[in-house]
Amino acid sequence: MAVLNEEQTMLRDMAREWTRNESPVTAWRKVRDADTATGYDAGVYGEMAQMGWAGIVIPEAQGGSDFGWLSLGLVLEELGRTLTASPLSASAVAASAIVLGGSDAQKDKWLPPIANGELVATFALDEGPRHDPEAVKTSVAGGKLSGAKAFVAEGDSAGLFVVAATDGLYLVDGSQAGVSRARRHLTDFRSHADVAFDAVEAGKLANGGDKLLDQVLDRARVVASAEMLGMAQQAFETTLDYLKQRRQFDQVLSTFQALQHRMAGLFSDIELMRSAVEAGLAAIDAGGDTRQAALLAKTKANEVGHAMSREMIQLHGGIGMTDEYDAGFYLKRMRVLEAVWGNTAYLRDRFARLGGY
Amino acid sequence: MASAAELDRPAEALEKFRVEVRDWLAANFPASLKGKGNALASVEGPTRETPEMTAWREAMGEKGWGVPTWPREYGGGGLSRAEARVLADEMARADAWNPIGGMGVMMFGPTLLEYGNEAQKREHIPAIARGEVRWCQGYSEPNAGSDLANLQTFAEDKGDHYLVNGQKTWTSGGQWADKCFCLVRTDKSDKHKGISFLLMDMTAPGVEVKPIKMISGMSPFCETFFTDVKVPKENLVGEEGQGWTIGKRLLQHERTNLSGGGSRLQPSGPGLPDIAKKYVGADAEGRIADPDLRARIAKFEMDWRAFLLTAMRVQAESKAAGGVSEVSSILKTIGTKLGQERAELTIEIEGLKGLGWEGEGFTDAELHAVRAWLFGKATTIYGGSTEIQNNVIAKRILGMLDHQ
Repeated sequence: MAVLNEEQTMLRDMAREWTRNESPVTAWRKVRDADTATGYDAGVYGEMAQMGWAGIVIPEAQGGSDFGWLSLGLVLEELGRTLTASPLSASAVAASAIVLGGSDAQKDKWLPPIANGELVATFALDEGPRHDPEAVKTSVAGGKLSGAKAFVAEGDSAGLFVVAATDGLYLVDGSQAGVSRARRHLTDFRSHADVAFDAVEAGKLANGGDKLLDQVLDRARVVASAEMLGMAQQAFETTLDYLKQRRQFDQVLSTFQALQHRMAGLFSDIELMRSAVEAGLAAIDAGGDTRQAALLAKTKANEVGHAMSREMIQLHGGIGMTDEYDAGFYLKRMRVLEAVWGNTAYLRDRFARLGGY
Repeated sequence: MASAAELDRPAEALEKFRVEVRDWLAANFPASLKGKGNALASVEGPTRETPEMTAWREAMGEKGWGVPTWPREYGGGGLSRAEARVLADEMARADAWNPIGGMGVMMFGPTLLEYGNEAQKREHIPAIARGEVRWCQGYSEPNAGSDLANLQTFAEDKGDHYLVNGQKTWTSGGQWADKCFCLVRTDKSDKHKGISFLLMDMTAPGVEVKPIKMISGMSPFCETFFTDVKVPKENLVGEEGQGWTIGKRLLQHERTNLSGGGSRLQPSGPGLPDIAKKYVGADAEGRIADPDLRARIAKFEMDWRAFLLTAMRVQAESKAAGGVSEVSSILKTIGTKLGQERAELTIEIEGLKGLGWEGEGFTDAELHAVRAWLFGKATTIYGGSTEIQNNVIAKRILGMLDHQ
């Protein structure tokens, strides 16, 4: 764990306590069983907003606390542990686009309702199943935006879209008639929607310059990584507890050296993941070119999240395969997070490109 | 709450010290010695001191600044941690290197300061502080590697002395050492409690040293044979049976001093991307021409960076907590694995030019890479093998105990 200041420690402890008491994995199971398109409990998001979480990366002038990205990451990690569903991540990323590229008027209009949890916002970039910023065809003509986005996170409930078009990022009010949404039911039972825009009003985020898209992508990547870190950490702890309880051949499974070494390996991997994710979050707080740091965070999150979720099932044996048990949830959500904003091959290639090779 | 004036006073004294150090370095460290330091020279390898180097070592020895925080009364610098940082800072600025090192500094000295009696400290610490004596470590034996406590070298109680018989192996720098700190058995009935910590003279009758030739062609380690070696009782450190405790404490010092900062972990020379472009070529966009190799290099570079971030995090956490972070256990395993991966990628990229043993047709860098690749195979074995590290992580950090 990074060395935290007092503020950050308090935030993390608050999130940890709330998650443990108010939102254990059973809460996620209830949401999953309800099988709604929005994929989260609106009352729960209201509670998060009351605790100030929706405003962590929003400036004080617009109702936020501006604690920064490492602070947000601490909260997301705790939520990730119990697979708590909410539009917190999506809204934070969308808000960041407005903070970085919006006019004062745009900031004053859109950031306060995001900060108080009334408005769910989301960043809509990809137009196909695999992440590819270069394949964007959505375009703006005469102030009207048209195009189709695929698998938009929280696309079913978002009131505001930050849309990537061929010439920049645009704000699109989701209540317009020209916005149509179609649920895409993925294994994680969270909201992902194909969203089509038919000549809708769009306000350009004109103040960010050419770097705006990359900056928003960096934030999207580290935010996904933070959730994955919490998931991997909890998957590890749950698995370790299981191995210490389960008896076969007259001994608990944790006494078998093969399993001891496997867990030691996963422990090391998760520590590497933690270093990369925390460094990615801290880099965004520090400013400058954050692209490689964000790529590294998401890559390690992908690699280790992938391995840990796979091992969680395997090390639990048969019960890991039952829906009654939680292991399947981690697997099914982790793979979605691995795919968004770049899978491992994409991220590595991008990292190499930025490194000049 | 201290007043501003009270807070300023230590800072003032430190600044005065900084100036003193800077002036002393200017007067005693000649520019001609810049870049001539070799961290390994005093660990393995014969003395190759020029008169200038000798003068520099003697000057540092006289100040005790080769071992800055050791007590002044035994020849150390007697500096506080803060002063030692100032010294290190100023030395870096002047491109000055520490001429005093080796196992005496890294592990034996700190251990003796904790467990030795007055006579032993007075006899050995000053010589270490002046870099005048070379120590080697007598721990491993042919039948006591990972299971070190299985050691059998026996020190028979002969009244006023011990008679030592046995064999040590992997003695680093044994062929150059003056003395050896040795784990010996004084009681055959108890595996751990029968071990004692004994100081031996490598030039004593009955001591024979044979360098071991490694697959890398080098001989940095030796076999050391003890045949009826007489060792005075005064050379016992601590109590009989306390050797395992003292021996383990010494290994902790070794670990602490080896872990250093991130800068020591950085390899020198061109990175893998540059090596790849040189041997494999670049495409029209200036990217490594082989996409599979490029992806594997990217993976390596990212893993390496995550490792460096972890090493830094461990340092920061240990500092904040005032103790060693448990995450430090993973550093050796990961660092050595990545080091080996880098070496393997390097020789793979270079094709058969990456497998030259010696002679015509190879550059120095190519030949050096081969030897480094070979010797690097030892890093996952020595100092606690990867397998042992995994045992430690599983048992001590994860609490996965063995079947009873």
